[in-house]
Amino acid sequence: MAENEDKKIFTRGNEALAMAAIEAGCRYYFGYPITPQGEIPEYLSRELPKVGGRFLQAESEIASINMLLGAGALGARVMTSSSGPGISLMQEGISYMAGSEIPGLIVNVSRCGPGLGGIAPSQGDYFQATRGGGHGDYRTPVLAPGSPQEMYDLAFLAFDLAFKYRTPVMILADAVIGQMKEQVVRREPLPPAPLPEWALTGADGRASRLLKSLFLAEGELEKQTLKQLDKYHEIERREPRWEEFMTEDADFIVIAFGIIARIAKSSIRMARKQGIKAGLLRPITLYPFPVEPIQKLSARVKKILVVELNTGQMVDDVRLSARPGTGIELYFRSPGAGSLPSLEEIAGEMERRFR
Amino acid sequence: MKQVFSRPPELIDIPSHFCPGCHHGLIHRLTAEALNFYGLRKKTIAVSSVGCSVFLYNYIDVDTVEAPHGRAPAVATGVRRVLPDRFVFTYQGDGDLAAIGMSEIIHCANRGENITVIFVNNSIYGMTGGQMAPTTLLGMKTATTPYGRNFSNDGYPIRMAEFLAPLEGVAFSARVAVDKIANLRRAKKILFQAFQTQIRGLGFSFVEFLSACPTNWGLSPVEAARKVEQEMIPYYPLGIFKEKKETDHL
Repeated sequence: MAENEDKKIFTRGNEALAMAAIEAGCRYYFGYPITPQGEIPEYLSRELPKVGGRFLQAESEIASINMLLGAGALGARVMTSSSGPGISLMQEGISYMAGSEIPGLIVNVSRCGPGLGGIAPSQGDYFQATRGGGHGDYRTPVLAPGSPQEMYDLAFLAFDLAFKYRTPVMILADAVIGQMKEQVVRREPLPPAPLPEWALTGADGRASRLLKSLFLAEGELEKQTLKQLDKYHEIERREPRWEEFMTEDADFIVIAFGIIARIAKSSIRMARKQGIKAGLLRPITLYPFPVEPIQKLSARVKKILVVELNTGQMVDDVRLSARPGTGIELYFRSPGAGSLPSLEEIAGEMERRFR
Repeated sequence: MKQVFSRPPELIDIPSHFCPGCHHGLIHRLTAEALNFYGLRKKTIAVSSVGCSVFLYNYIDVDTVEAPHGRAPAVATGVRRVLPDRFVFTYQGDGDLAAIGMSEIIHCANRGENITVIFVNNSIYGMTGGQMAPTTLLGMKTATTPYGRNFSNDGYPIRMAEFLAPLEGVAFSARVAVDKIANLRRAKKILFQAFQTQIRGLGFSFVEFLSACPTNWGLSPVEAARKVEQEMIPYYPLGIFKEKKETDHL
């Protein structure tokens, strides 16, 4: 118990994530300033040199992601962080990393778009994150933390997945989760990971190695694409993660991720007091999407309400996952200053639609 | 009998796919000789770029990572920050480095990244079929300047070696050509000097090679080499534009 007490800290989501990255073995950060993720580079610029790591502020997000690509090619645990407009600029590099099978962590503490949009919380980057974002036929695992504790925990998971599957991994957070301060329980830092067998280190006493995404010879790219597809199928089988809340006896299900799921939990407690047996399914991985539990729940609940802080993006995946004929409704708040829905508002929507 | 000359093992023994008269093969050869001379194969990470230059990895037998178009200096920066004791070089064409990759090359040079950039300037986009590059000479006809490059519409050919030289982070900047034996010998010496700059940890080193593209220039190999001498060198003078010594760092 006392030991556990030592591991408890009170911190902000962005800092919890940065702290976890170091404890998960990340020693290199490349990034470009943008709101609302500033605490991540600020923390790492202070802390990385203390553990023998390197921090570099790049000239652009385009340069940042390519520095990540270069460092990742050496088998190092590397990360960058940004927000919507910067993530757009990184898509080229993310596509190349996926194509060359170079791992790395990209954090999007998202804000409103399109364009310069605004700095208020938003879930408008769902499509960009889960549909690959860059050019070509690839997927990127996407983790959606719902609390500062998960900002911490999912940073460990992100590096695990990145190296297990040799892929860039994205954490899609939002301004509230990034800025919110609460208790986080830390774990033991990971021991240094062994260097992967594909890492470029200099061809010392071995054949030279090559990491590339160009496959021009006949049949070469098809072979590579199908190999990658096997990997994505394995990710879809093994890695979906989600949280269920009060679903055991639920007649109605709310599906939401990130900060919206957190608000929805309180709304569900309110609705239950009014006699509405509602529950929550919160996808933690947005890719792979938790298809199976949604399919199962859709077979027995009366209705599903998807709540999003965008004009309706994840709802497409819910429709693809649920049994045909399931009643699926969408309630959204268009992102913008002060547009976070209140728990009464979501409870009201449940009352209106589930009663 | 004593052997005095052979193919450096760093140059992979396969038939070249480059067009007849293209200078990439010569530049690859010099690169392999420099890697061999300094015993760098086992500690080298090369960064290839986009365009004809991407195929570096088919010919040079070192660990290599392929960068997106223009981003090789950023990729090399990532490599350099993780493994500071390795030898790192990029190999980039003029469309890659001087057009789409201008931001990455300037900031990499300005940070004084201790890497070597081999810049192959053939004044045209080779792989995509002979379009105008930032280095295309005024009046030169290309697939996208059918009436010749006109400064009022397309601006001026850019001299990268001179452009980068004044940056504080740049320790060595030079331009060479391989159009004839005398220039080839001088090019080799200068490339060796650039490699030495990195080995001694002096900072960013840059060697611009003027290179022929007979296919996209619509010339024979001999005529193309002559064009390097008669049209390129007058606009792109050969020489060393920056040469820092250890004492300059004191």
